[in-house]
Amino acid sequence: MAEAEAESVVKLLGAWLSPYCYRVIWALKLKAIPYEYIEEDLSAKSPLLLQSNPVHKKVPVLIHDGKPISESTVILRYIEEIWPQNPLLPTDPYEKAVALFWIKFADDKSPSISKLYRSDGEEQQQAAKECWEMLEAMEEEGLMEGKKFFGGDEINMVDIAFCSVAHWLGVIQDFAGLKILEPHRFPKLSSWILNFKSVPMIKENLPDTDKMIALLKRRREMLLAAKSN
Amino acid sequence: MEGEVVLLDFWPSMFGMRTRIALAEKQIKYEYREEDLRNKSALLLQMNPVHKKIPVLIHNGKPICESLIQVQYIDEVWNDRAPLLPPNPYQRATARFWADFVDKKIYDLGGKLWRTKGEEQEAAKKELIECLKLLEGQLGDNPYFGGKDFGFLDVALVPFYCWFYTYEKFGRFSIEAECPKLIAWAKRCMQKESVAKSLADQEKIYDFVLHLKKALGIE
Repeated sequence: MAEAEAESVVKLLGAWLSPYCYRVIWALKLKAIPYEYIEEDLSAKSPLLLQSNPVHKKVPVLIHDGKPISESTVILRYIEEIWPQNPLLPTDPYEKAVALFWIKFADDKSPSISKLYRSDGEEQQQAAKECWEMLEAMEEEGLMEGKKFFGGDEINMVDIAFCSVAHWLGVIQDFAGLKILEPHRFPKLSSWILNFKSVPMIKENLPDTDKMIALLKRRREMLLAAKSN
Repeated sequence: MEGEVVLLDFWPSMFGMRTRIALAEKQIKYEYREEDLRNKSALLLQMNPVHKKIPVLIHNGKPICESLIQVQYIDEVWNDRAPLLPPNPYQRATARFWADFVDKKIYDLGGKLWRTKGEEQEAAKKELIECLKLLEGQLGDNPYFGGKDFGFLDVALVPFYCWFYTYEKFGRFSIEAECPKLIAWAKRCMQKESVAKSLADQEKIYDFVLHLKKALGIE
């Protein structure tokens, strides 16, 4: 007997290497929301992606009941409003404003991390400087002494937003032969990273480091070759 | 609920204007403090140590930074009047997406129009027009981006209207010719007292940019 295929209520268009996609994956899993994940080939974007995010043509895109939402932070806020279980933002308006400030900070500064592998020479030095400044701000102003996570005892949207710092920075800086995230210089941050990556939901949902390095290597070669042509 | 409200701001800032509009929409009494960005006050540096930028909203001594976060905070705390964010989550996601688009595109592209020349300026002009057209498309047949009512995305974008004159003069083009509906929307917003008294005079902005260019040594 033929069965009609159940149309997934929640679909996520993503790319396995993208930290922005993991933000959404973690939020969905932490709230136990069933979803269908569709891996996109960013070098050959699907008609569904182009139609769902015509403005930026980027992942992640969340499709809920056929309606697309783009931009990871916008998606996280939407998820929080539709599925309030296991809340990821404070309810107090002031605390929420502080959380949103750090999420925006993560959004604005994270691109410097990928610049580390996309560039060389002076441009790479500049990116390293930007990363250093971002870490300094997090260490000095963001992380409170005695608090395990940005969210307190449990992770919240701010911890999730800093995914690039938690995982991608370590892999990329090692690959690029740079020493930016030094434990003695950033003790609170280093603790936070260990704690964050020990959370079972996070630990079980991180991209494989070896695969990451292989792909970064290929991308870097292509980018630098394109620059010198 | 009201408490003490202070806004650290700089008169030509489109970002500061967003917060001024939100405060005016909600009829909140506040103290406006003009910052000299070449000589930032101790209060500013203390309230926004990460970025050291305006606007900073200080409510009962506690700082809220980033203009769109301030607008959302104001909407949430003073939730008994003039709602700014739309009622349903999908509409809110759409408003936030486009406000993020304004932040990512309009400020930098507009800036390139008066900071650069030649090919770079032409490319910025072309892209700015495309972005404004995309935004114009979001209006549809509605009077405001918020639909029937003035809302979050209107607040996010309308401050740039007083900078259009400067963009047009440096870029040698007419935004009204390219995006008539958008200009009609802006003029409609200017009919609102909250907008009219929050935006700076467009000719004063132009003079300010001329002085700024000289000070920065940009031809």
